[in-house]
Amino acid sequence: MNDNIVSDKFKEKCTLLDNGSIMIDFNDWESISQFVYDSGFDYLMCITSYDLESDDTLGLAYNFYSTSEKKYLEIRIEFNNKEEIFSIANIWRTADWHEREAYDLMGILFKGRPDLKRILLPDDWEGHPLRKDWEEPEYYNGMPVPKDKSYWE
Amino acid sequence: MKHAKDKFTLLEKFKEDNVIVAKFDDLINWSRAGSPWYFQFGLACCAIEMMAAAGPRHDLDRFGAIPRATPRQSDVMIVAGTVTLKMASRVKRLYEQMSDPKYVISMGSCANSGGPYWQHGYHVLKGVDLVVPVDVYVPGCPPRPEALIQGVLELQKKIKTETPLRKKKINNE
Repeated sequence: MNDNIVSDKFKEKCTLLDNGSIMIDFNDWESISQFVYDSGFDYLMCITSYDLESDDTLGLAYNFYSTSEKKYLEIRIEFNNKEEIFSIANIWRTADWHEREAYDLMGILFKGRPDLKRILLPDDWEGHPLRKDWEEPEYYNGMPVPKDKSYWE
Repeated sequence: MKHAKDKFTLLEKFKEDNVIVAKFDDLINWSRAGSPWYFQFGLACCAIEMMAAAGPRHDLDRFGAIPRATPRQSDVMIVAGTVTLKMASRVKRLYEQMSDPKYVISMGSCANSGGPYWQHGYHVLKGVDLVVPVDVYVPGCPPRPEALIQGVLELQKKIKTETPLRKKKINNE
């Protein structure tokens, strides 16, 4: 994994992680993503979003696969939760729903893509529930959300 | 001609002289309990067990329960699966679209009380009885088809105790 073409070409912009994935700055993502696609990584397997909790930092992990060369590639970016991330939905069509899910549950904003709206939760939902600092509301549309534990506590 | 006081069942009366003497309440209850057509919609894995119960091996049809694909024609709503907050308003609307008399069977742990999502399920309604009135709870995760069938039988028992033409009994406990 360590001899992959992305870290060869963008040597100064990449940090190799222990698991073989590459950490890059999110400002470089626009140029690197197009290079990744042109290098033959035609299959975007998954986009994972995560919350580091410290300094309002969120992260994204992109997993790619090359169906012609049978190679895997993981690229990670980490950024402040106010930042808008370059959308790769116009390069890999699969990313459309993955990015909408990341926006829906984690509140990650993407730019350069149409129709960034919720995909799983209802449209009138408030907040992004997989954030570490998200707090469960008492009621949603008049329905109690937390379990009534007065029977046994 | 035998008198109604002789306490023959409906079938024995029918055999005797082709005349049925019964309370109208009982006749209504008999017909309602004999055809609990249920609303055919499933929310999660419990729906698979509901399909199995409706299939030929368990054959829910023999109790008069057949699936209907519209709330307008159904008497029983089997809430089979996890009720998310997004789905809860839809469940309530579907319940309101059903015509009286209408009953609800809550099938499985999720519909009963939230099930495995009771603590961290930010999106799950902790029991469908918070939205619609439930007649029969069927425990299990998911319940076996036999359990659902017993739930339908319990509902039939409950229907037979009703007094549709009179005021409802007030339960003084």
